[in-house]
Amino acid sequence: MTPRRRAVSLLAALGALAAIPLVAALVNEPFYLDLFRRIMIFAIAAVSLDIILGYGGMVSLGHAAYLGIGAYAVAIPALHGIHSAWVQWPLAIVLSGLAGLVIGAISLRTSGVYFIMITLAFAQMLYYVGISIEPWGGDDGMRLTRKSQLGGPLDLADPHVFYYVVLALLAVLLLVGDRVIDARFGTVIRAVKSNERRLAAIGLSPFRYKLAAFALAGAVCGLAGALLTNQTEYLTPSYMHWTRSGDIMVMVILGGMGTLGGPVLGAAAFLLLENVLSAWTVHWQAILGPLLVLVVLYARGGLWSLLPGGARRG
Amino acid sequence: MAEPLLQVRGLRKRFGGLVATDGIDLDVAAGETLAVIGPNGAGKTTLLAQLAGDLRPDAGTIRFAGADVTALPAAARSHRGLARSFQITSIFRDFSTLDNVALAVQAHAGHSFRFWRPAHAERALREPARAILEQVGLGARGEVPAGTLAHGEQRQLEIAMALATRPTLLLLDEPVAGMGLEESVRMVELLRGLRGRHTIVLVEHDMDAVFALADRISVVVYGRVIASGRPEAIRANPEVRRAYLGEEVSA
Repeated sequence: MTPRRRAVSLLAALGALAAIPLVAALVNEPFYLDLFRRIMIFAIAAVSLDIILGYGGMVSLGHAAYLGIGAYAVAIPALHGIHSAWVQWPLAIVLSGLAGLVIGAISLRTSGVYFIMITLAFAQMLYYVGISIEPWGGDDGMRLTRKSQLGGPLDLADPHVFYYVVLALLAVLLLVGDRVIDARFGTVIRAVKSNERRLAAIGLSPFRYKLAAFALAGAVCGLAGALLTNQTEYLTPSYMHWTRSGDIMVMVILGGMGTLGGPVLGAAAFLLLENVLSAWTVHWQAILGPLLVLVVLYARGGLWSLLPGGARRG
Repeated sequence: MAEPLLQVRGLRKRFGGLVATDGIDLDVAAGETLAVIGPNGAGKTTLLAQLAGDLRPDAGTIRFAGADVTALPAAARSHRGLARSFQITSIFRDFSTLDNVALAVQAHAGHSFRFWRPAHAERALREPARAILEQVGLGARGEVPAGTLAHGEQRQLEIAMALATRPTLLLLDEPVAGMGLEESVRMVELLRGLRGRHTIVLVEHDMDAVFALADRISVVVYGRVIASGRPEAIRANPEVRRAYLGEEVSA
C-alpha cells in the first residue's frame, strides 16, 4: 500500500470510530460506547505489539506484562490519593517502557522459540508478583475508586469524554506510527525482520534498534493498560496473564501483521466476536479458533488485506 | 615495509570435529586484489565470515587498518571500512532495490534514531544510492522489489550494497556463482572497475574470473594456505595443480 492510501484507510477507520457514539445514541444502545472504547484500548495495545511483531518480526508472547504495569501505575497512585492522569499516565508509559528495556535487553539476546518462551516467562513472573502482593490487592486485584483526572472539561466519568480521549490517543498513535515506520527508524525495524545478518553486514547493529522498538512498544502498551483500568474501574493481575498476551497477539494476526490498521480491525473483530458469541456460548473461543485458522491459511495479510485498497505493504 | 591493510595471523575455527580454518595467515596490501581459491569445503567462506565479523575465530588475530578487529562485531567492522557480499544472496527481499542500497547508505550517514522524516524523502540517502545502482548496472531496476530481481541482478545488488558503505576493503564471496556466461562477463567487468579503488579479497571458483582479477592468489585446502603468489606462479605450482587446479586447467 502506498503511504497515501495507507493514510486514507487509517483516517477512514478513525472516522468510523468517531461516529460510533452517534450511532449508539441513535439506536439507543449506550453499551456500544463502552464496547468500542474497550476495542480502541485493545487496539492501542495491539498496534504496539505489531510494531515489534509485525514490523520487526519479534514474536513476543509477553506483551500483556506492560498492560499490567500500566494498570498498576494508575491504581497504586490512586490508592495513595494521587488521581491526576498527568502523573499516572506518564508513569504508566515510563515504567512499562523501562520494563520493556530490561526484558528486551535480556530476551533479545535469544531468538526464535527461545525468545517466545523468555518473553512469556517474564510476563508470567510479573503476573505472579502481582498476585502475591496483598497490599495491592493480591489475587483479587483492587477497585479503582476514581478515574484518572485530566482536569478541566475532560472528565473521564463522562462516557463520551472518555471515548473521545481514547480515540484521540489512538489517532495520535496511528498518525505517529505512520510516520515512524517510513522514517529511518522504521526502515531499520522492517529490515530487522527481513534480514538481520545483512543489516549487521552493512553496519547497523540490529540489537540497539530492536531494543529501542521493544521498549517503545512496551511504553505504548503501558498507556493502554492505564486506560484499561479506567475502563474497567478495576485492576487485576490477570491483565498480565499469558492468555491475555495471546489475545493481543491473536488481534494482531487476525487483523493483519505489519500494518497499522490491521491491529485496530483485529481488536474490533476479536472483541465483537467475543461479545456476540459469548452471549450464545461460554465456549465462544471454539468458534474464534477455526476462524483464526481460516485467516492464517487463506488471508495471510489478515482481515485488513481483505479491505479494498488494504493490500499489504511491499 | 608498511603494515598491510589486512593482516591475518593464525586464524583457527573449529565446528565440532571439523577444522574449517586451521591456522590461516594472510596479508593483503592496500589496493591489492587477493583471490582465495580452493576446493569446496576448504574453509573459504568460513574465513570470509571471520574476516567480516559474522563468526568469532577460536584463535588467531585479524588486524585491519592498523587496529586489532578480532573481537569487533560485524556492524562495527563495517564502520571501519570493511564490507562483505554473501555467497548465498542476502538482501532485503521485500524492499525495493533502491531501498536496499539506500539503507546501506543510511547505515553510514549518522544514526537511525530518527522517527519522523520519511527515509525515502532524504536526498542524502537516495542520490548516492541511485548513483551506485547506476554504477553496478541496476539503474533501471530501482523501484522493483529486490526479491523479484533475476539471480544475476541480485548478485549485482549484493555488490551495490557493499559499495554503498564506502568500504576500503571488499570481501566478496563468489560474486559470479550461479551466473550465466554473459552475466558473469558483466560482473567481472564491474569488479575490474573496482580494482585499485578498493582493496579486494575475492573468494571464487570461477577460474576465468580469478585470473582476470587477481593480483595475487592464495590457495586454501583443508583450512590451510598451501600456496600464495602471483597468478602465473600459482598456475605453475605443481602442488596446487595436484591439489586443486589440475582438472580445471586441463579442462
